[in-house]
Amino acid sequence: MRIRKKDSGVFEADLTPMIDMTFQLIAFFMVIINFAQTEQHAKIKLPESSLVKPPEQPFEHQLVVHLTREGRAIISGQEMAIDGLRITLDGEARALELTQSRVSSATVVIRAHRNAAAGEVQRLIKKCQESGFEKFALRAKGSTDP
Amino acid sequence: MKIRHSTSSGQDKIELQMTPMIDIVFQLLIFFIMTFKIVAQEGDFNINMPQASPQSAPPDQVEFPVLKLYLQSNGGELAGIRLQDEPFESFAALNRRIIEHIGTDSGPGSNQETAQIEIGFDPDLHYEHVIGAVTAVSGHKTPDKKIHKLIEKIQFLPSPGGGAPAITP
Repeated sequence: MRIRKKDSGVFEADLTPMIDMTFQLIAFFMVIINFAQTEQHAKIKLPESSLVKPPEQPFEHQLVVHLTREGRAIISGQEMAIDGLRITLDGEARALELTQSRVSSATVVIRAHRNAAAGEVQRLIKKCQESGFEKFALRAKGSTDP
Repeated sequence: MKIRHSTSSGQDKIELQMTPMIDIVFQLLIFFIMTFKIVAQEGDFNINMPQASPQSAPPDQVEFPVLKLYLQSNGGELAGIRLQDEPFESFAALNRRIIEHIGTDSGPGSNQETAQIEIGFDPDLHYEHVIGAVTAVSGHKTPDKKIHKLIEKIQFLPSPGGGAPAITP
């Protein structure tokens, strides 16, 4: 800060470093921020597991299905009953075939709430199998427990 | 922008007003701070389950009998853990028992490669307990933070509607 003393006591401040730092912060948050809303859902609290680690490679083709604690499925932002998933899953399967990939090579990532009934998770898996999906990934969050 | 023309000397002096720019920059910064979210790391247990039921395929010739684990529920909470009809107090106790059972070899043909387990549970059991069971039987963390794998071939017993997913790495 450059302070120039006059009789009137006028202060002049050089704002350039402050603006530089502010731009740095903005750039940091812009890079960090994750806009992939389909991967996360605020309602779903995943169960914890001390063994999980993030997959080394992203899945070839992945489809994320959330399951709430009441047993409702959420896919592509839409909430519906598990039985209603068939249409959406068939649509996804057809879309995969159009891009020359096999449905069996796609992975369905299941993000189920920790208090969801395990029987509902099994029902969800069975529903996906009916549309031709064969690979599943049960998602859990890492815990810091030893 | 205030442009002041100094015609006498022929030189142009342009003065920029910084205040509005700083205001907008602070607005942007606050936006990004508000939308920043810290999330825990997520990982997966992978299942490979083709439509063809595993019961139709003959079981592999294994020296190890298939272990059977059943999780009982009481209104969703874990009420009991039974491995081959032996009750366990906790998943930690189950994990210790599995470590004794499987041993520490991990080469081809070892117990770790050939062991199989079937997990059954009451349908209203909370999903977190199933994940706890899968965690307890699939590995354990050694003191130096490495993951030592235990049983890799995990199968869920069919639910009343049929269909039994199997977990394979």
